Amino acid sequence: MDINAKKELSKIAVNVRKGIIEGTFNAKSGHPGGSLSIAEVLTYLYFKEMNVDPEKPVMEERDRFVLSKGHAAPALYAVMAHRGFFPVEELKTLRKVDSKLQGHPSMRYLEGVDISTGSLGQGISAACGMALGSKLKGDTFRVYTILGDGEIQEGQVWEAAMYASAKKLDNLVAVIDNNNLQIDGSVEEVNSPYPIPEKFKAFGWNVIEIDAHDFEQIEAAFKQARECKGKPTAIVQKSVKGKGISFMENQVSWHGSAPNAEQYEAAIKELDALLEELEG
Amino acid sequence: MAEVIKTATRDAYGKALVELGEKNKNVVVLDADLAAATKTGAFKKAFPERFFDTGIAESNMMSLAGGLATTGYTVFASTFAMFAAGRAFEQVRNTIAYPHLNVKIGATHAGISVGEDGASHQCCEDIALMRSIPGMVIINPADDIEARAAVFAAAEHDGPVYMRFGRLAVPRVFDENYKFEIGKAVTLEEGTDVTIIATGLMVNEAIEATKALKAEGISVELINMHTIKPLDKETVIKAAKKTGCIVTAEEHNVIGGLGSAVSEAVCEECPVPVVKVGVNDTFGKSGPAVDLLHIYGLDAENIVKHAKIAISKK
Repeated sequence: MDINAKKELSKIAVNVRKGIIEGTFNAKSGHPGGSLSIAEVLTYLYFKEMNVDPEKPVMEERDRFVLSKGHAAPALYAVMAHRGFFPVEELKTLRKVDSKLQGHPSMRYLEGVDISTGSLGQGISAACGMALGSKLKGDTFRVYTILGDGEIQEGQVWEAAMYASAKKLDNLVAVIDNNNLQIDGSVEEVNSPYPIPEKFKAFGWNVIEIDAHDFEQIEAAFKQARECKGKPTAIVQKSVKGKGISFMENQVSWHGSAPNAEQYEAAIKELDALLEELEG
Repeated sequence: MAEVIKTATRDAYGKALVELGEKNKNVVVLDADLAAATKTGAFKKAFPERFFDTGIAESNMMSLAGGLATTGYTVFASTFAMFAAGRAFEQVRNTIAYPHLNVKIGATHAGISVGEDGASHQCCEDIALMRSIPGMVIINPADDIEARAAVFAAAEHDGPVYMRFGRLAVPRVFDENYKFEIGKAVTLEEGTDVTIIATGLMVNEAIEATKALKAEGISVELINMHTIKPLDKETVIKAAKKTGCIVTAEEHNVIGGLGSAVSEAVCEECPVPVVKVGVNDTFGKSGPAVDLLHIYGLDAENIVKHAKIAISKK
């Protein structure tokens, strides 16, 4: 990856993180931890990988995105705002009455959300349905979904995983965000989903393991996914929950709580310093 | 006397899907390993490229149906009522109804008339479950003619529809010229002493009950309520005002189904006694369907009895 391109993407990812903090701080609720862990992959998807046009958010041939881990909505909204789907200023309306930015993504509130999600385990099935729709139309678009590592405890995920490989949905890419934490503790303590890559391999998927916060690895993974025929691809990304904000990193308490004013200032300060560094 | 044609509404569903599929290339059908029983197998044979079997995974099928519908297809998703409304309730609620997608659920083997398979498969709670979901349309056809009409109407309707079909062959009630409109009840008989509101296979029983009551000099207003949601409140209220009492008849738990919907409607506008004929908050059991219907009081005789009770409460 070109060094300038990488720098640009890195800057966007920091801005996405600022958007996550802005949204959850103003909402006084939401899920910053698991939003921060997917900032890079979402940035790459919306700025490099997917065929989307913010001017035509529902154009038929667009690539589809399903946030199966719907509670990471603040990250999706931040990346969509920075991509031009709506003004960045609107991120402050997260979770407010009559906001487009519902607590979990809703296609009826925000154009450009390809399907409403929030109840874990269902998004990957919906993504299978979209991939099937694309196949019916002659493989006109690709479908991307992001799941949490806790989410794959839902049995439905494996119904979908079995289906996607049985029907050779090679236009489908599922990113599993392996930040190792869920509400009740580490995923291992609660109900271990490990080993994740082996499980998807056993279900017949093309599996790629990457560092979630490395754009070069992300790019290589999506390129390989495009080249893989006859199988859906699972990208298992090792991530850091709360990534980018020192006091939030790897802290399960930041799964579902918003920063207070002091924490907000501190977080924005850290992110601004990072931006300055990238711009310098 | 001409011989009565008997067809299971699930058979009519399967045939109607093929007919619809010929006219509408946008129709896609899903099933969860029950194509032979739900009768979607006919569509699979006619249009294999537009038929997808998810295997025994109803939750995946329902969410997948939602995703597929977002790409512009009208998706018919079929399985038994127990699994469509029961197991996959939350998938239907969150990935079909909340985004208001064009998924038409063809739920077969509803009610006690499943017969020998017994209580595990005799779903008498589906109407209650589906009725509680905002924007869901629920159609419970009485015969093959109405089942076919429901399929075509569902395809035209914008948004989710739950269609309830039976396993048991039931007598044809309507003729080929029958006009069907979602949400518009059909008054089959006008009368003044009691209103009978029936749905599904209980419509035929209600017709028989009406004949028996008339023979006793009791004047019956008979309504076929094929659409349980949205309920045709206007027709219900009009009949309540006219007759002063109502009997409802359904092959479903008396909690949450047609009887409840009618009660809710009259409570607000015109409180009159509403007596419910249905499955009395109990599980079913194995046995021949026709025997079970009598055992659980889902017959003309029991409607007659309850019509008289309703009149006595006026």
